[in-house]
Amino acid sequence: MQQPVKKNVRFYSRWFRRGAVSEAHGEYLERIRKREMLIVSYQVLIGLMFLVFWEVGARVGWIDPFITSQPSKVVDTIVGLFHSGKLWIHIWTTVWETTVGFILGTVGGSLIAVLLWWSKWVADILEPYIVILNSVPKVALGPVFIVWLGSGTPAILMMALSISVIVTVMMVFNGFNEVNPDTIKLMQSFGATRQQILTKVVLPATFPTMIAALKVNLGLSLVGTIVGEFLVSKEGLGYLIVYGGQVFNMSLVMASVIILCIVAALLYYAVTVLEKRLIHWK
Amino acid sequence: MDKVTLVGVYMTYVNKSGEIPALADVHLNVKAEEFVSLLGPSGCGKSTVLSLIAGMLRPTRGQILIDGEPVAGTSPKIGYMLQHDHLLEWRNIRHNVYLGLEVRGLADKEHCRHADELLIRYGLGGFMNRYPSELSGGMRQRAALARTLALEPEVVLLDEPFSALDYQTRLLLEEEVATILKQERKTVILVTHDIAEAIAMSDRIIVLSARPGTVKAEYTIKLSGKNDSPFAARQAPEFREYFREIWSVLEESHAAAR
Repeated sequence: MQQPVKKNVRFYSRWFRRGAVSEAHGEYLERIRKREMLIVSYQVLIGLMFLVFWEVGARVGWIDPFITSQPSKVVDTIVGLFHSGKLWIHIWTTVWETTVGFILGTVGGSLIAVLLWWSKWVADILEPYIVILNSVPKVALGPVFIVWLGSGTPAILMMALSISVIVTVMMVFNGFNEVNPDTIKLMQSFGATRQQILTKVVLPATFPTMIAALKVNLGLSLVGTIVGEFLVSKEGLGYLIVYGGQVFNMSLVMASVIILCIVAALLYYAVTVLEKRLIHWK
Repeated sequence: MDKVTLVGVYMTYVNKSGEIPALADVHLNVKAEEFVSLLGPSGCGKSTVLSLIAGMLRPTRGQILIDGEPVAGTSPKIGYMLQHDHLLEWRNIRHNVYLGLEVRGLADKEHCRHADELLIRYGLGGFMNRYPSELSGGMRQRAALARTLALEPEVVLLDEPFSALDYQTRLLLEEEVATILKQERKTVILVTHDIAEAIAMSDRIIVLSARPGTVKAEYTIKLSGKNDSPFAARQAPEFREYFREIWSVLEESHAAAR
């Protein structure tokens, strides 16, 4: 006869099963917690392997560190930037240009969407132009902005703004049109004016869409800002990348790209926190 | 004098491919404090009748009178309840109930207190600060009723307000709504496709024909031992008689619609 298997033989089982209300619940918790832990482990492992391969490869000579740089040099570069006091200036420049760009893009795009919602005439007339503007690669307009606004911050902001505004118009306007027509009918039965329908139903109902637009615009504005900095600036991460490329300092390029990744992730996280705060009813 | 009167009302919708006649020569009189149901096959223009009375649509031809005066746009005398509660998910229950008051510019202390009292009376006193997503379907529809009655309308239009609920909730809510509306002495026009619901709740039933809708038959409901309780009404001996008769009339319309 087979002996019943003794449960909790492994010392870590108890930790995995913490908070369990029954044997079955404990097994379930252990299973999903182990899975979560494995996933995180693999995620970290892939990143570490990449870094190790990069560093070792550069040292042993599998890859040419002159072209690819290497993690230790990237770290040295970041530390150097930090000690020279320039690091924060570059980060700050890119962050505020991006932030201003995506906030202007979201607010401006939403305002235009309100106009289109208000007048079906205007919406129908402008529709083909919006479609065309949406399909134009806004980056191609960079030189135009530089000629019009001078080679400086205004041109960069314009890039960040233009790349996000049309997408916002389309997203938010679609959101407006998806508001349940019967909810609007209810408002009309109260004798509501168009302005009341807008402020009491349509805008708040579309608020989550606007936050979603904010998230999309964050990425787009970052592209606009970086391209703008490539073209005209003397500060910012985009400038560092282009400068590093020109003087063949790949460590500087890689360091800037990595900082850019971190900045983008932090900005995205900030918008997510904002979203949780603002959409409290879900 | 009749509370609501429709005289020779025609309604025709137009679109690119042509005209769709929705109503043809509809005559209707609803007395004050009467509970009238409109029954008919789907697409027969029942809801159109309500939209016309609410002043949200203009009839193609004919006249609609409330208290003897022609309808010109929406009126504070009319309260409209739709199939779904349409509570705004970002407002808590209390502020959802204030919505109509806000729109009408009546959100003062007195009206708001009255609205709060309605919520308490309908058993939602403990849920005033909750959000709609936290409430059951029946509770949500009761909140919608409070929102309608907070505006103190004289005529309440009900557009299939129970059809999205499960059967048990539906019976309970029918009972509550009927009681409340009788107590408040409202004139009620209910649109439904549920024959039993119409018989249980109404003083009078108007059966509409298939499109274009016109009054096909009319029944004054007299049930023994009803006492304004739809639930008791379903037990009345005459209930099945009415049901059978209305069923056969509706089946004719249904066959015609196919």
